[in-house]
Amino acid sequence: MNSYEKLKTARQNGRPTGGAYVKEIFEFPIELHGDRRFGEDLAIMAGLAYIGKRPVTFIAMEKGTDLQSRIARNFGSPKPEGYRKALRLMKQAEKFHRPVVCFVDTLGAFCGAEAEERGQGQAIAENIMEMLGLRTPVISVVIGEGGSGGALALASADRVLILENAVYSVISPEGCASILWKDSGKVADAAECLHITAEDMKEFGVAEEIIPEDFDHFPKMCKNLKAALIRELDNLCALSEEELLEQRYQRFRKFGNYNDKNA
Amino acid sequence: MSFIQDFLHAKLSQTEVQTVTCKKCGHEESAYDLQKNSYICSACGFHYRIGARDRVKLLFDKNSFHELFTGLTSKDFLHFPSYQQKLDKSRETTGEEDAVICGIATIAGIRFAAFVMEPKFMMASMGSVVGEKITRLYEYATEHKLPVIGFTASGGARMQEGVISLMQMAKVSAAVKVHSNAGLLYVTVLTDPTTGGVTASFAMQGDIILAEPGALVGFAGRRVVEQTTKSKLPDNFQSAEFLMEHGFVDAIIPRNELRDTLAEILHMHQR
Repeated sequence: MNSYEKLKTARQNGRPTGGAYVKEIFEFPIELHGDRRFGEDLAIMAGLAYIGKRPVTFIAMEKGTDLQSRIARNFGSPKPEGYRKALRLMKQAEKFHRPVVCFVDTLGAFCGAEAEERGQGQAIAENIMEMLGLRTPVISVVIGEGGSGGALALASADRVLILENAVYSVISPEGCASILWKDSGKVADAAECLHITAEDMKEFGVAEEIIPEDFDHFPKMCKNLKAALIRELDNLCALSEEELLEQRYQRFRKFGNYNDKNA
Repeated sequence: MSFIQDFLHAKLSQTEVQTVTCKKCGHEESAYDLQKNSYICSACGFHYRIGARDRVKLLFDKNSFHELFTGLTSKDFLHFPSYQQKLDKSRETTGEEDAVICGIATIAGIRFAAFVMEPKFMMASMGSVVGEKITRLYEYATEHKLPVIGFTASGGARMQEGVISLMQMAKVSAAVKVHSNAGLLYVTVLTDPTTGGVTASFAMQGDIILAEPGALVGFAGRRVVEQTTKSKLPDNFQSAEFLMEHGFVDAIIPRNELRDTLAEILHMHQR
């Protein structure tokens, strides 16, 4: 598959969404609602659960599975209150020394007028900064689309896993095509230029691991993902808080490709 | 050379009269008066966009700016269509290596670390170089216990560097967090225009967030918001004033009062 085909696959109706992974991977999930500031955002489903014997906080973007739920969940595009709910629960996880597992699947943060009024940029900025200082392990799994800053706001993590046909991008290929070539029809070209595939992410170091997809055998596939999560959580939970934060800092510090005259 | 100067020179050669016309109210005045008034229209208060070097000259103590982290230049590592040409052109028109300058300076004798973004360099979009320089500045400021004042202007993440430009948001934010945890001050000054990935990261992470009057500040582009919202937006949508009204900016400070305000804030945080 080329990048464009992967993009279409990542967006395909019927592809499992955040809630399906929560149900399949965790035991005894309890959903928790609201940002305690403004409201509740169903584009993000979050709460407490067990993975094996370990309690975790899960935060999953949820696009919805039929028309009605898609509308209710705003097609998985979170508003500021969604990011603030996520941050509230991450801070709670830190307090109770629980790791955080995020599932990322969004075209991008919501771009409506009310999102701007309520500080979409500020909400994302705060999440990214606070996640990088969070004194508990965070793992993010890109299960479909990792759309720009709206995805990074749940992916500033110690480990990022990505499904084999999921994509991750700084801008939607549609947006890129329309800005660069004033032609939103050139989506396939843009997708290629932007390097958005799981293999690209592995190569860049943006993701540590690619998780094979097998939606016909979803429970089996999730068992594999769950094993990867438990393994990584074991590794991360063995670190001291200082080691954890230092490794997270260095994980992001390395990104950049430039010429340095003085090097 | 700054664009206001480019503009003035162009004007000069055409008419031999050094006048500029305000794009907001049409008021004409001499370039000399405009410069004396911090590039603010004397009739309507419109703040002309200015380049990074002009800002340094205007606000920092004379000759106090000591530039750091020069010699870093962008690389077209994804072989992205026309990126290299855009870089070459921006370097030529601005004389800058990339879209931000960083260094140490003083205001009213108080030392601080500064980054100033250059809107004329590919709309000050953030790629690896911008991210790296600002990150190094925070690391330097943390090590030397200095406050940071950052002047933001940006079209957002630089898509020509793909997801690596997105990662710069996290890289800089991590350094801001460490600086903040050390109890050090970060003042952001939002200038026209500050958008996208820069708004969604270090522009909104200041302890104190100031803005220039009328500056455009937002996450999504106006056109995108209009398409999503399916209605016409108010004229002041995403202006500094709009942001303050909604609680996202501490104060709007006219450019000719900015130096005094920054001096006062720096003074209050001296340790």
